[in-house]
Amino acid sequence: MGKVMLEVRELTTKYITRFNEDIYAVDHVSLKVEEGKSLGIAGESGCGKSTLALSLMGYYFPPLYYTSGDIIINERNISGMDPDEVRKSILGKEIAYIPQAAMNALNPTQKVINFVEDVIHAHEPTATKKDIYDMARQRFEILGLPAEVLQKYSVELSGGMKQRTVIAISVILGPKVLIADEPSSALDVTSQKMVIKMLRDLMDRGMIKSMIFITHELPLLYNVTDDIMVMYAGQMVEHATAEQAVFDPLHPYARGLMGSIIVPESGLRGHKLAAIPGVPPNLKKPPSGCRFAERCKYVTPTCRAVSVNMREAANDREYRCIFAEQELREMYKNE
Amino acid sequence: MKHILHEAFRSPKFVTGFVIFMAILALVVFYPLFVTDHPLAIIGQGTFFPPGIYVSVYDTTNAPQYTMMLPEAEGNRIGAKLGDVEREAMREWLIDFGIPRAEIDIDDTAKLMTLWDAYYDPALRFQGMTSARQKYFARLDASLEGLLVMEPRVIAVPNTETGAFEASQSIELTDFVNVNEVANVRVLPLGTDNFGRDMLTQLVSAIGTSLQIGLVAGTVATLIGLTLGLMAGYIGGLVDDVIMFFTNLFTAIPGIVLLILISYSIGQENRGAVTVAVVIGVTSWVWTTRAVRAQVISLRNRDHVNLSKLSGHSIFHIIFADILPYILSYVVMAFILQISSGILAEAGLSILGLGPKTTDVPTLGLMMRWAMIYSAHILNKWWAFFPVIVAIALISFSLNLMNTGLDQVFNPALRE
Amino acid sequence: MNDERKLCLSGKGLTKVFGLGRQKTVAVDHVDFAFHEGEIISIVGESGSGKTTLAKMLLGLIGETEGEVYFQGVKRDIGSQKKKQNYWKQIQAIFQDPFSSYNIFHKIDEVLLDCIRMRGGGKLPHAKKVEMMTEACSFVNLKFEELTNKYPFELSGGQQQRLMIARIFLLKPKILLADEPTSMIDACSRATILDFLMQLRDEIGMTLIFITHDIGLAYYVSDTVYIMEKGKFVESGSADEVILNPQQPYTRRLLNDVPKIHEEWDLSTV
Repeated sequence: MGKVMLEVRELTTKYITRFNEDIYAVDHVSLKVEEGKSLGIAGESGCGKSTLALSLMGYYFPPLYYTSGDIIINERNISGMDPDEVRKSILGKEIAYIPQAAMNALNPTQKVINFVEDVIHAHEPTATKKDIYDMARQRFEILGLPAEVLQKYSVELSGGMKQRTVIAISVILGPKVLIADEPSSALDVTSQKMVIKMLRDLMDRGMIKSMIFITHELPLLYNVTDDIMVMYAGQMVEHATAEQAVFDPLHPYARGLMGSIIVPESGLRGHKLAAIPGVPPNLKKPPSGCRFAERCKYVTPTCRAVSVNMREAANDREYRCIFAEQELREMYKNE
Repeated sequence: MKHILHEAFRSPKFVTGFVIFMAILALVVFYPLFVTDHPLAIIGQGTFFPPGIYVSVYDTTNAPQYTMMLPEAEGNRIGAKLGDVEREAMREWLIDFGIPRAEIDIDDTAKLMTLWDAYYDPALRFQGMTSARQKYFARLDASLEGLLVMEPRVIAVPNTETGAFEASQSIELTDFVNVNEVANVRVLPLGTDNFGRDMLTQLVSAIGTSLQIGLVAGTVATLIGLTLGLMAGYIGGLVDDVIMFFTNLFTAIPGIVLLILISYSIGQENRGAVTVAVVIGVTSWVWTTRAVRAQVISLRNRDHVNLSKLSGHSIFHIIFADILPYILSYVVMAFILQISSGILAEAGLSILGLGPKTTDVPTLGLMMRWAMIYSAHILNKWWAFFPVIVAIALISFSLNLMNTGLDQVFNPALRE
Repeated sequence: MNDERKLCLSGKGLTKVFGLGRQKTVAVDHVDFAFHEGEIISIVGESGSGKTTLAKMLLGLIGETEGEVYFQGVKRDIGSQKKKQNYWKQIQAIFQDPFSSYNIFHKIDEVLLDCIRMRGGGKLPHAKKVEMMTEACSFVNLKFEELTNKYPFELSGGQQQRLMIARIFLLKPKILLADEPTSMIDACSRATILDFLMQLRDEIGMTLIFITHDIGLAYYVSDTVYIMEKGKFVESGSADEVILNPQQPYTRRLLNDVPKIHEEWDLSTV
């Protein structure tokens, strides 16, 4: 077992709306990422996966607020830390974050090398321009980005190139955890593949110690991460290895999600897609019982009555359902 | 729509602007109900009467009289004519004449007057004294006539037969009348202008006219801008090119120059308030056209427009139902700005003498023009121009505030 | 090829050029195609390949620079508003972004009533119209009673897209062109949308044209696949032929770049 890079225990965060309502977008989520491992987070839009990404960094600003739980990065508990302190000592160094539209974050009036200088100067004020340039150039070349990119303005780069540049800059300080939130969703398939290859390279070369990858595209997640966590209505509902999560999901929601995968592979043409009827619950007033009950095929009156906790299954898996692993398998078999 | 209004009235900026504007509007609507005079009626024989309450002297003598023993009455009476400035001036004259400073006590009215009456000679002009100063002393001397004579005044009436004056009424120093019992009292809160017209009545009427001019100019500009913008944006192609050619032409020529030329060529006689408003309108549509065109171009390729086409709707239906509602917020904001700039344009034109015909109606611009021509600003007759400036500023300010408030409602990104 | 099937929509040398002189861009470059009745066709291409421009030309929303479109074997004539309206009774569309597909000022009722009116039912009694709208909504598993007097934007993306299908249900066109109908909605709603589209196709026997960048989706749904690159069709044929045995390097690359779950995703070929 590798060293734990990021551990989150029972993290709960909320949004406070304009009308002063609380929305618990991340509700008692626990997870652990070890050195050299990557964790994927899947779920439909609005399930809280992007909020989880923001919450993991410990960097809160309105309307998002920290409520309870612990975030431990590299043996340091940062929950409840002052946002300014987080920005200075955690972001970039311990945790790096790449949002979906990261490529649009580059100021068009600056050259790429200026961003690199900014990042490094913030942590090493004494570094000389030449040192920074040599270091950046070496880094970029390892990652398959031509060194000329450093002397260009962001508008001169294509979307995929911009996104890879942003990633290269984000990880220049060697963060322990990289959080990538839909880093390739806005790109075409070819650029997407390049971004994924780069993330793999970063892991293989140890430039980042661990990664959390968030996307709603399951085939992508399957190909990128070691473990997959499925979120539903602010809660974690399934946690397993990528292989298990995709081919042998336990939670009915995860099963529905995996049943909707479409890939261009023989034998997959025309198979019946699993459709999940209904819409997720309103998080302003979440149901007291199982949050998936309203949409679940196997719902029982108990599901609506008792709150359901994560439970363990064979092979270190976890899922959130009142049925035992064996019962679920029986039900799925009879379909 | 209801939602937008609801949001608008949550915006402090919009509400402030709205309240100011409504207050101005209320003044324009309700003031004429109480003061029915024609705004251009000349009531004062003379220029620039200062603000105050004017009491008929004739009627005062006919009003019931009351006797009041007020200790401060004498002091006030003297003070009204012999203030600190006058006392200083008298000392200056006396010193120039040769009286030692020590002998002059300007606080002792009786002694000062004795000295003055003894030595003052209007014919004397000391070295360095301007002739204006000489005249000032002559006026001062005249006004001091009988200052210390604390005798009752007698009103004499000519005898209809003999023509000889006969005393009819004696007015004591302690006689008072009640203003409420005087038959003719006129309050002029802002005094009169150079023609002797009541400034306040004129100002209220001028605000009304200027608002109408702004409204007409804004409507004309918005209608032209909207029509051209919609055509250029939606039809595109050659129509767009032609319209944009003219729009660019109008943008390149400064609006004010065009405005001056058109106003001049119409001629003073034909320039009514509405004509001027229309002229302002037809020279200020370019920005609306550009804004509308840009919006329409981005809208016309939107899927909801495509869907409307696929539903078989006509081009008019698409423009009115699928495009216009989306740009309405911009149009409303442009309209508000056009009203404000229309009022300012009228003021500018009128100051240059190219505004509406002067004999018809007062406008804010015309009031400024007359104040300027009669040098109110040099003569320190502030009431002739300052209230006008305040009115123009308040109208523009309130309209712009409403505009900013609406902007924040329509573009949530601008909210603080 | 099997020509027993009736031609539904076909084109010869269809071209669209934007701009003039130096700014000239050829968005669609002399494409030929033949869509048959009842067929499901996918046109696959990356962004900028000209697939959306082609879709708009097929719909008659923009004019073609060169070439002809044939509808049921006859040259398409949409010269006047009247002819266009008639054409649009035969061909309808579902767009990518449900949130921008509806006029935000119009209620759901108006959207559906428009369709009834277009089918010549404008003068029907109100009760009959409500019955038709209720039927259309229940087809896509929506409840009209809950939708009436609401605005489309009050629904979720998936529901809005289902409402779009309800619209098509009322219009019953010969051809439905779906431009990325599932790319903006979640994976699980996607299955629902595709299900309803297939059901609708079976019900009214229409031709379905998918415009998509998702080669997986194209393979999953369609009989015939056209691969589009830089305004041209580089490869076409039955789905199995094209996807499982691609001939063109572009098609191979596209397939290669998509993550899969049964085969190893080869990252070394970037």
